Amino acid sequence: MSVPAAYYLGLSAVLFALGTAGVLVRRSALIVFMSVELMLNAVNLTLVTFARVHGAVDGQVLVFFVLVVAAAEVVVGLAIIVDIFRARETVDIDNVDLLRG
Amino acid sequence: MVLFGITAVCALAGGAGVILSRRPVHSALGLLVVLLSLAVDYLLLDAQFIAAAQVIIYAGAIVVLFVFIIMLLAAQSGEHAGAGAFAGPAGVGAVVALCVLLAAGLLALVRGPAPAAAPVPPAFGTIQDVGRALFGRYVLPFEAASLILLVGMIGAVALGRRLGPRTELRESKDAPLSLRRGPGRNGDRAPAPEERVRT
Repeated sequence: MSVPAAYYLGLSAVLFALGTAGVLVRRSALIVFMSVELMLNAVNLTLVTFARVHGAVDGQVLVFFVLVVAAAEVVVGLAIIVDIFRARETVDIDNVDLLRG
Repeated sequence: MVLFGITAVCALAGGAGVILSRRPVHSALGLLVVLLSLAVDYLLLDAQFIAAAQVIIYAGAIVVLFVFIIMLLAAQSGEHAGAGAFAGPAGVGAVVALCVLLAAGLLALVRGPAPAAAPVPPAFGTIQDVGRALFGRYVLPFEAASLILLVGMIGAVALGRRLGPRTELRESKDAPLSLRRGPGRNGDRAPAPEERVRT
């Protein structure tokens, strides 16, 4: 491990912030979804870094579970987006506010 | 160190591409760049199995799914309406607050004590190592993960099929039933599944 762990954590923090900014700023549901994936990946990098720092493989096992959940989430989420698109012909999240009341 | 610098620059450029590009396909490609750069980082961190899983699951399956959906939606709507739109001043303010938080976090990271890496055996992070943990201590969560995948699969199939019976209902009778779709502006224009296949 020639690179200090803090560099990996910093990269992870910046990637997470980029993902959060994407969720906050973009209005296309697809891009918001990709930004969520970006955040998940940033957290994965943190987990792998700490697994290496502590010399324990448990962090990598957790990353495996995050991968599983992310895959299931993407499948269901994209199905919902396709359904919304079929019904309303838009993926702009500002136009889909049925729960706003 | 050089490799880490290259992957970090690639990951940051890809992340910026995801949130800044106006076409969804370019965002998906940016996401792909991020995922591959992170896979290289995982290799640097002695996580061979996770790196392989990252490339196979994320880059192989999830990004392809994204591209597939983008293709599907773009084919139905011609050009994506509003896909390049950004939020108003409230979103920008939130992002500025986020940047302040990020700067504070990075500052704390630089000033704080650097965690020293523990020495690891050469087999650390190989598929045997991770597999032993996965099927030993974590066997119950592993089975739960398979259940999650099954539920996700069923959910996707159920969501994808939902429009079928409704359109049949609308076809068999006449116009009044189409009102049942509620305020959908384009409810009447949605073609039946058979038509969609044909055109």
